[in-house]
Formats: sequence, C-alpha cells, structure tokens
Amino acid sequence: MTEKLVIIGNGMAPGRMLEHLLENAPGRYQVTIFNAEPRVNYDRIMLSPVLSGEKDYEQIIIHGDGWYVRNGITLYKGHKIEAIDRTEKTVTSSLGVTQAYDKLVIATGSNPVIIPVPGHDLAGVLTYRDLDDVNAMLLAAQSRAKAVVIGGGLLGLEAAAGLQAQGMDVTVVHLMPTLMERQLDPAAGYLLQKALEERGIKVLTEANTKAIRGNGKVEAVELADGTVIPATLVVMAAGIRPNASLAKEAGLAVNRGIVVDHGMQTSDPDIFALGECAEVGGHVYGLVAPLYEMARVAAARLGGDDGAGFLHNDTPTKLKVTGIDVYSLGDFADGEDREEIVLRDAAAGVYKRVVLKDNKIIGTVLFGEVADGAWFNDLKRKSANISEMRETLIFGQAYQGGATLDPKAAVAALPDDAEICGCNGICKGKITGAIKAKGLTTLDEVRAHTKASASCGTCTGLVEQLMELMLGDAFNRSAVQPMCSCTDLGHDDVRRLIEAKELKTLPAVMQELGWKTSCGCAKCRPALNYYLVCDWPDEYADDYQSRFINERVHANIQKDGTFSVVPRMWGGVTSAAELRAIADVVDKFNVPTVKVTGGQRIDMLGIRKEDLPAVWADLGKAGFVSGHAYAKGLRTVKTCVGTDWCRFGTQDSTGLGVRIEKFMWGSWTPAKVKMAVSGCPRNCAEATCKDVGVICVDSGYEIHFAGAAGLDIKGTEVLGLVKTEDEALEHIAALVQMYREQARYLERIYKWARRVGVEEIRRQIVQDAEKRRGYFDRFVFSQKFAQVDPWSERVSGKDKHEFRPMATVGFAEAAE
Amino acid sequence: MNWIAIGSIDDIPARGARCVNTPQGRIAVFRTADDKVFAIEDQCPHKQGPLSQGIVHGNAVTCPLHNWVISLETGEAQGADEGSVKTIPVRIEGGTLQIALAAPVGKAA
Repeated sequence: MTEKLVIIGNGMAPGRMLEHLLENAPGRYQVTIFNAEPRVNYDRIMLSPVLSGEKDYEQIIIHGDGWYVRNGITLYKGHKIEAIDRTEKTVTSSLGVTQAYDKLVIATGSNPVIIPVPGHDLAGVLTYRDLDDVNAMLLAAQSRAKAVVIGGGLLGLEAAAGLQAQGMDVTVVHLMPTLMERQLDPAAGYLLQKALEERGIKVLTEANTKAIRGNGKVEAVELADGTVIPATLVVMAAGIRPNASLAKEAGLAVNRGIVVDHGMQTSDPDIFALGECAEVGGHVYGLVAPLYEMARVAAARLGGDDGAGFLHNDTPTKLKVTGIDVYSLGDFADGEDREEIVLRDAAAGVYKRVVLKDNKIIGTVLFGEVADGAWFNDLKRKSANISEMRETLIFGQAYQGGATLDPKAAVAALPDDAEICGCNGICKGKITGAIKAKGLTTLDEVRAHTKASASCGTCTGLVEQLMELMLGDAFNRSAVQPMCSCTDLGHDDVRRLIEAKELKTLPAVMQELGWKTSCGCAKCRPALNYYLVCDWPDEYADDYQSRFINERVHANIQKDGTFSVVPRMWGGVTSAAELRAIADVVDKFNVPTVKVTGGQRIDMLGIRKEDLPAVWADLGKAGFVSGHAYAKGLRTVKTCVGTDWCRFGTQDSTGLGVRIEKFMWGSWTPAKVKMAVSGCPRNCAEATCKDVGVICVDSGYEIHFAGAAGLDIKGTEVLGLVKTEDEALEHIAALVQMYREQARYLERIYKWARRVGVEEIRRQIVQDAEKRRGYFDRFVFSQKFAQVDPWSERVSGKDKHEFRPMATVGFAEAAE
Repeated sequence: MNWIAIGSIDDIPARGARCVNTPQGRIAVFRTADDKVFAIEDQCPHKQGPLSQGIVHGNAVTCPLHNWVISLETGEAQGADEGSVKTIPVRIEGGTLQIALAAPVGKAA
C-alpha cells in the first residue's frame, strides 16, 4: 500500500530529496507537492547569471514539467499552504485544495529580511529571492536609471553586479565597514570593494539607511548621515530569515528555524523539515551543499534507513560575479592560538590568507586567484598536518613536491576523495570513475551522470581539467559547444564553412564537414536546412524531411496530434467577408475551439491532419494565405489604428504594419520573428517587447529591436530614428537579413543581439548605408523564392502523401 | 502471421513515414535514408505523440511532441528516457510492402 507523502515547497532541497527518494524507494510514496511559486523546480543559485544576462530561465530549470509527469508526482503550482491539521493529518492550500498525508515534509525556505525603514513598502522596492524578483529587476533595469542595493553581502553584490550589467547606475549601501564581512576578512573585503568600484559600482560602507523617499514609488534613499541617493529601484538584500511561520502555527517546535533532529524530523514524528527553513544542531543554513546533505538524509529516512544523520561541515563561499574571484572557507578570525600565512600581489590584485591552528588549516580567504581553494579545503577537511610544506603552502598545490606548473598537474595530484563540486558534494574519484565506467566524453554527460558542476557551475573548469586529464586530446575544453552529437563543430563554424566551401546540399555539408552520423539527427538537420535556405535561396532545394512537422505541413501540431490553423490577417485588420469565411470553416469542419491569438488574428484548433488541405482550400477562396504561425519565420505585425482613427496617432501605423507584413511574409529566419507598429509613444501595439518594433512619432519612425516577452522579458533596444516609411522598411529588412545571416538556429533576435552587440548592429545598419543596402538587397532577392503561399501549393496537390493514410487495412469490410 | 499488403516503398518519402489505419490502431511505416522499412505503433510511449510525424534520422525517429527519440528497430526509447512501443513485422514481397497483424482479421486480404 503506497503511503501519501506531501511536500510543502518546491525548491532545490525538496527537489533533490525526491531524486534520492525515487532512487532509494521507488513506488513507496504517492507524492504531492504544493509550491507557492507558480513554476517547477529551478536552480536558485543561478539567478545571478540570469540577472546579469549570462543565462536564461530555461537553462536553469532542474525538473521540467515532464519530470513530474514521468514520476507520477502531482505538483500544485501557485498553491500556498495555509494550514496544517496535525490531528486529521491534512494540509489545505490557499486555493482550497485539502490533501491528506502519511508523511509531511516542510520545505518553505526563507524570507528576505525587510528593513522596516519608512518607505520600505513603496513601489520599486524589491527583494532578491526568486525568479519573480529577477524579472521585476530586469524590467526596472530597462530604464537604465539609478539603483540602490541595500546590503553588501553575497546576494546584494551579485544583485548589484547583475543590475550594472543590465546598464543601471548602481550604488551599494552597506552597514558594516567592509563588504561580505561574514565571509571575508577586511583585506579581502577591501580588494573586493576596489574591484567593484573599478567596474563602476559605487560602494558606501558604514552607511545606515534611514528612509526610502518617494511619492507612491521610489525616488531616493536617505542615509542616517543625511546623504540622499536618487534611485528608481531599491533592492533589499539584508539577509534571509527561515520561513517557519506555518510550522509554528501548527504547533511544531520552532526556534530560529523549524527545529529538527539530525534525521530531519520535527517535534512531530510524521513531519520532516529541510532546507533553509530547518534548524539542525542550532544552525540554519543558506548555502546549497548543506541543504543537499539534508535532502540526502531526509530521503534516506523516508526510505526507511534510520541510520542516516546530518553532520555539520563548513561550506566554502564563492561570489558569482564574472571576473571577480573570491573564495572563503571556515574560520579566519585572528586569535592567540592561531597563525596565519599571507600572500599579497598588489599588482595582480591577489590576496591569499590561510589560518592555521596546531599546524592544521582552519580557514582560508582567497581573492583574485582561487584555483587552490579546493586543495586548501581538502587539507582542512582531513585536518592534515601541514608543517612539512609550510614554507610553500601559500603558493598552492602546484608548488608542492617540485611539481611542474602545468595547470593540470594540480588536478592530477588531487586525491580521489578530494571534493570537486561543493554544491553536490562530488569528489574526484566519483567523476573519474564515471568517465571511465560510462565512457563519458562531454561536460554535459558528466553533469548528467555525476551532477558535478551541474548547480552553480564554478567548478566547471576543474571538471574540464579532469576530463582533459583522462581523455587527452579526445577532449578539447576550449572547443565551442557542438551543434549536436553528430559533429564537433559549433553553429558559427558550420555557417562559416557552408559559405566558405560553398556547400549547397545537406549531404555535401555532412560529407565535407565530417558528420559522424549518416544522415544527421533531429537537432542538426533543421538547423542545416535553414542555413542552406538562407545562404543559397535560389539554388538550394528545401528539404522538407529535415523540417519539423509544423513547418512540413504548415500548421501547428497539438498535444492530441490534431493541428491548429491560423490564416494571415495583415496588420490585424479583417473584414466581414473574412470572418464569415472563418465561421463557415468552423461549422463545416466541426472545429472545436476558435481563439483570438496574441498576434491579432484567429486560431482554429483541433483540425484533423486529413482535413487540412480542404480547410485551406475554403480559406483560400476568401483570400486568406498561411499566417506562418508555425514557422521559424515572420509571424505577425501587430498594429494600432494610428492616424486613421486615433486622436493621438502621429503616423499611419496600421498602413505601415500591413506594408511591412506584405513585404516580409514568407521569409524563413533562425527563430520566430514577431513585430509591431505603434502610432504614438503610448505604444498600444506593445512594440517595445517585440523582435522588431516601430514607434511612430511626429518626426518620423523610431525603430526598435531585440525585445522579448516570453520565457524572458526584455524591453527593446533603439536602432534609430528615420524620417520616412521607405527608410523604415529598408532598415527593418536589412536588420532582419543581418540576423538571418548571422544568428544560430533557434536563437531569437535579442539573444543574437546580446552576442553580437547592439552597437555593432547599429553601426552596420544605421551608420553604414552601403552595408545596409547590401543586406536589404539580399533580403529582397531571397523573398523572390520565399513568397509562395504554402497553403495554396498544397491545395493544388503538393505533398499529397502527407495528408492521407498510406492504407486502411484489416477491417472486415476493407478486406473484401 | 497474417501478412497484409499496404502499398509500395515509393509511397513513403525517404527519411519519412506514412500511416496505416488498422483495427489495432494506427501504425507508422517508416522508410530510412538507405531504404530500410520499419513499422511501429504510431504512439510515443511518453504522451502518445504521433511518431509518424517526427523527423527520421538513422534508424530512429524523434517524436514531434517532446523530442523523445525512438529506435525503429527495437521500439525502445533512446538516451535517458525509458519506454517502448510495439514493433510490427514488415517485409517487401515482389515490390509490395506487407505488414503482419497479430490478431486474425475477417477475411484474408
């Protein structure tokens, strides 16, 4: 009989616990999770790279929706648990779901500390805890205005660096005399402050926030000494507090956090707690390694192993700010019974300090050069007596025993039980063992099989060195990410070689570039097909068997295998005749759902594949063509009504939108392209979150690009202002052609622009008229071959086989 | 074995698939780049996606719904995914493709 396991919270600790539990005791529990956040389990350590723009949300998901489905786990997203009834053994959520449990796990995490100064509740005051906070900060950063971060600890500094990377003018306000005083000694704190200031982040220490000023929203931060710092965004990063209120209301023992024994059990034997909300042995934890250790213990206990217990271990701290390397471990305070060894290299900005007690390492602070952190940690963990190597200890591992300066030598010399990945507690032996036993050759494989370097990623370099050591020339860590496992070449190399070697067919590409598979895979074939379509529009014969089903049959596949059909409505404008034709199709083919899309047109869902040509034939008679709602290509051009009707309109935005759409439809692009034209800066067509947008103003047309409003939200960049519609069209087509020629397959415009640089794009499209004209001409040329309505082609009989079964057999009547 | 003719290999595009409707459900018949022919149930073990609509590469197909890769030879999911679909015997007899249906049918075709 399966027992009911209910988990409150869906952060990294319970996620890891479930992984262990599914491995240790599969099928023992029927698992239900309630998550107050409306999403799956993602890697919170990676929020800082998301904020700084180095990663996307999709890259930091740990368990996608499919994982929960595959493992039979019910996940209630956006459900906050409001009460635990320990007598009835049930929990009840904010949305009214009541669920019974046999065992309950509380993993409610922590809450950010809000300093109760006047103005702390103004709009524009944020904390830094989850993806919503990051998204709110990214949105605020669009203004390129001033931000103040209150708190100079780990989180505060990562937030400051991220906001600055997004273009904000950032000031860090810190109460203590030096930054990160809990993890760094004053010398390292000083170096850190200098490094941040060199990047343009202002740092105020011994600064006490007195009030946040503003009328309805933040305008400035006022300090106790009277200083006023103007700001439109304030991030409070003054620490975290275990979120134990639910447990307290349920009558469980609560101190700073929810009190648990070393088996993660609370004062109620059927209730466990883990993660940042739990207090074990008087400690609460905020770093991932001990939280994962809790997860391991809780899973073992739930699986019936009563021997598993949690042990306190010092965890190294690393700051995740690109280009600033900081490492801190253990106890580094001065003391009578302690000695220290210090190395400073002012020119290189390096500071290393090792604190010793009885010839053993008890603490380490490293700044600027942190490669030896793992080695010092290893010596500390083993309480190794270092008196023999005392003279050279501070120079690091490479200097011991006359070893060479080969950087790999250090990794080679590490013992098998040396910890490489602190987040996941993975030692060297486990990684080398997995590489050998499973024949792993890529970093992704090592991550999948060992979890090493799969959380915060700071040990990636070490893992790669290990792989180099084991695999020799077979592993090249400076190699770019290959397109897929069929090749070692990255997208950029492949694109370059297709042009340089004038490769014009798929077999030519695969032969000349040494593809390792006979006919590619579902990842590389669509990419190569696009590159060839883009580079040789007149010569290359589009390979439909290398297109994803949606592009192959010109409709969107749905979860039940039926398709949806979206005809083009130029600029979102329609008519009675068009609407009547759609209504007739809906009646004739019993279309179950008709929906207005976000792109100002109409979607008919649930159409059987066999019916598609007949549906298109009827739509075609009313003048409709394909809306390419399925394509990596031009999708929609949203418009507002502009000068035709609007009393604020400055230009004919509808007319321009229709003109752009008629000019650009049918073009294939690396990823989908959505556009909009707004008739005035009120921006009713929401042009500033599109791939390409136009804001009409009295003096002309402001062209925007590189916005996003999906997994990521990002406001657009301004390309430039032009005076006429013709100029606007030329700039937009040239921009899209540049993107078509340079981007990697599936890379949206905003990601491509981030890689290439907005300045560079402006230089080529706005400032260099000759370059622009070249792009424009190539776009126009490729449109000659692209602007064929795929629906009418298929109505006339093209690809007939796609829409009919090959045979119907075995039925009694069919057998006659 | 109950061999039933379903058409010719030329009815299927290379690196493509066609469907055959049968009393035991829809069957996907694949033709690879090197003209090998395979038949499997047209239902991904993951979420019943129509495998016949996927991209065919080597002796495998990638499901159009969530990118599971299914071996056409064994019907097994590849990589880290677990699950399998039933494979259906298929042969070429005198230029005609035939599949074998397990359950007996009314009259011989």
